[in-house]
Formats: sequence, C-alpha cells, structure tokens
Amino acid sequence: MAEDPAFHAKEGDNVIVVEGVKKSFAGNEVLKGFDFVLHKGETLVILGRSGSGKSVLIKCIIGLMKPDAGTINVLGNNILELSIGDMDKLRMRVGFLFQSNALYDSMTIRENLEFPMRRHLRHLTADEVNERVVAALTDVGLAKTIDLMPSELSGGMQKRVALARTLILQPEIILYDEPTTGLDPITGMEISDLIVEIQEKYQTSSIVISHDMKCVERTADRIDVLLNGICYAEGTYDELKASTDPYIKQYFD
Amino acid sequence: MKFSNSTKEVFNEAGEIAFFTGRFFKELFSPRFEGREFLKQCYIVGYKSLPLIGLTGFIMGLVLTIQVRPTLIEYGVQARIPAMMGLSFVREIGPVLSALIFAGKIGSSIGAELGSMRVTEQIDSMDVSGTNPFKFLVVTRVLAATCMLPVLTSLSDAIGIFGSYIAFNMRDSMTLRLFVSEVFHYLKFADVMPAYIKTYFFGFAVGIIGCYKGYYTRLGTAGVGRAANSAVVVSSVLIFLLDLMVVQITDLIGIG
Repeated sequence: MAEDPAFHAKEGDNVIVVEGVKKSFAGNEVLKGFDFVLHKGETLVILGRSGSGKSVLIKCIIGLMKPDAGTINVLGNNILELSIGDMDKLRMRVGFLFQSNALYDSMTIRENLEFPMRRHLRHLTADEVNERVVAALTDVGLAKTIDLMPSELSGGMQKRVALARTLILQPEIILYDEPTTGLDPITGMEISDLIVEIQEKYQTSSIVISHDMKCVERTADRIDVLLNGICYAEGTYDELKASTDPYIKQYFD
Repeated sequence: MKFSNSTKEVFNEAGEIAFFTGRFFKELFSPRFEGREFLKQCYIVGYKSLPLIGLTGFIMGLVLTIQVRPTLIEYGVQARIPAMMGLSFVREIGPVLSALIFAGKIGSSIGAELGSMRVTEQIDSMDVSGTNPFKFLVVTRVLAATCMLPVLTSLSDAIGIFGSYIAFNMRDSMTLRLFVSEVFHYLKFADVMPAYIKTYFFGFAVGIIGCYKGYYTRLGTAGVGRAANSAVVVSSVLIFLLDLMVVQITDLIGIG
C-alpha cells in the first residue's frame, strides 16, 4: 500500500467515482457519459454485452486508456490530473485482474509474484518477500506451483495465480476484467467463490466486469447494466431479476 | 508535390521510429536503471548468440579462403591470403555478417517476444503494477543488443580468421603463429576502429527496430508474426544503409 500519508488524505466512503465518462474509437462512441460510484467494501458488477465498452471503462479507471471526457476519481484522486509518479503510487492500491491473466510467461510463478514487490516494496527482506509470495499462493490454493512456469498451468490455475499476483501488494480496490471468461462452469464458480473469499478476508472494494450470470449472482452486491454507452439500469441481483424490462430480462432468462 | 499512400506510410513509420528512439534516450538517462534485467538480456542476446555467429564466421572464413585461393595462385600471391582475409573480415565481412545473423536471431526474437507480450496484455500488466514497461523491456534489450554485438563481432572475426587458417592449411602449409602475425602486420588502427564502432550502430539498430516492432504490435497473433518478420527485414536494410554511410564517411575523412 502507498506509504505517503498525504496520499490517503482525500478519501471518503466512495472509493471510485466515475462521472460522465466518454470514449470513442475511430468515430464510434463506446461510452457516452457513463456514471457510477463504488462504495468502500462493496462489489459492483458491471454487466453488459460483449463489445459494450465494459473493459474500456475499467481500463480508463486504471489509466491504461484516457477518456475523451468526464472525470474519474479513485481513492480521492482525480486520475486524469495525476503525474506518472503519483499514478504509479495509486496503482499500488488498485489491483487489476486481466481477462487474459497476463502472467509474464518468461518468469516462474515465484518471479511473477515477486515482480511488483521488487519495485514497490524494496525495504522487504528476501525472507519477507518469500513469505508474502507463499501466503498469496496459499490464499488461492496453489502454493505447490511456486517454481513452475505459467505455461505449465491450466487456464483456471493461471487465473488463480494472476489473482495471487493482484493480491501481493494488498490493494484496497480490485478490478476484475471478465474473471470467468474461457473457464468451464465449475472452475468459473471456484473463481467466483475466490473473489468473494478475498473480499471478505481483505475487505477490498471490487468492480467485476462480467456477463457470466452465475459469477454475477455469486459476487455482486450491486449491478450496473451498461447499454449503449450509458448506465441503463442499476440494482441488486434480485431487483434486476425481478425487472420487467425486456433487455434486462434477457440476462436472467 | 503529392506522395502515394505507401510513401506516406514509410515516412510516417520513420517518424515513429525516430520518436521511439528519442524516448529510449530519455528513459535511458532517467532513474531507475533495470540492471538485473539488463544483465539477463546480455546473457540471452550475447552468450546465446555466440554459437550461431561463431559457426557462420568459421564457415565464411573457410569458404572464402578456398574460393579466393585459385585466383591468388594465378597471380602468384597466395601468401597474401592471411592479409586479405584479415582485412576483409575485420573491415567488412565480420561486422556485416554478424549483424545480419544477429538481426535474424535477436531482432526477430525481440519482436516476437514483445509482440506476444503486447497481445497477451503482459505489457499493460506491467503498467498497472506501477512498472515502466518501456524502461524494463525496451531500454534493457536495446542496450544489451548495442553492447553485445561488438563483442560477438570481435569473436566472429577471430573465429573466421581461424577458419581461413584451417582452409589455407588444407593445400599449403603455414603455422598459426605466422598466419596470425601476417594478419596483424597488414591491419591498421584505421581498419579496426571504424569497423568496430559501426557494430555499435548495427546492434543499436537491431535492438531498437525489434523493440519498436514488438512494442507496437497490433492485430493479435498474426501481428506477432508480422512484427518478428518486419523487425528482421527493416533492421537488415538499416544495417546495409548504415554500412554504406560509414564507408562514405570514412572515405571522405580519409581513414580506411
């Protein structure tokens, strides 16, 4: 976590506030003024069809893409105004689980997990680093894979290792980009359970991008439905399930 | 004056490579330096390329000596083979041959590695973990390529001259000591230095083009293959252009 006390100064109960975010690609407006708030300790699912701009939205939140308009406030910081150094500090407090896992395939699992620590927690001794790596892998049930290469693991195991790497800096917010896509229903459910366990154990706030309704049901405290670049509907799983809106109903039928 | 689209693309890409090179120098001189990754890349780029570059140098020395021998015999100057091979290897064959092999092996591997890291979001992953991927991936690889090619070329020159000695002794007889002293007798500082200096530029060109092509890979796995391929093609062409420039410059200023 960031150790600069000034960095924690402006936080409130809303850990992420997104207002009027717009983003276009070659004239195609994907986000047309999307707004939402993520409260401390909650898991917000952003539900939407493939290509609706869900991944674009969280990539804007983590600073991988720059919105054309709007403001994004993360842990009290307007990320569009942050310097590169401050953005890097903020990124230590925000974990990101990529849809493709994005494990460094030239490194072992241990090196993958050590990678962010070697840069941000240089005061840790080798024993402390090792302790953290083992603890993070134990959290996801894969302590025995520590010296394997990512290519030696199954898709589900890679997802767990990627999650362990996301946890290694003990982030306050975790962004999950379609965490169960490409996994079989049982492994998908295990990953969903893991997301809930992590949320309960570390009290993280999370945004889950998904269209897998089993994952949505298991993880969501609240759901925002993204349609045509705006927040089309909002509510809990049960509220949306009871909706008579034809578009919303399609997700639950 | 109107330019065709392909001409515009070439100029556009040249501009982007220039910008990429500018960023390399900016990042090179800003803290913090990724020393561990640099040493790892030196091992991969240098040590692991040595067998291939050494082998091609050896074969080239062997073949050239066998082929030029009959012509030199016609003029009765076969005793000049060590001098001729030494000069041609150190000045031209060694640097250019090593650089081209290096472009094929290292340029393509850098292009493919960074390209696959781009399409599998590993570069984005470094970014979100608060690591500067340009510094970690590009600066270390370009620097390793720049530093390692001169070393490889020197070794390739030595191995090539040894290959020439073996070929010479298949028909004639000369001790290794005499062969080497003949090589050095005709080599001047002005032959060695420009040839040595240009290998730094060749190494830099291979590194920067490989990284540029890989770092900006688009269009998924097909793009990775294209990045590896064009890294080799562009850096090979650049090696010849740089070689031409060096020859012109050294000729103009009267050395070599």
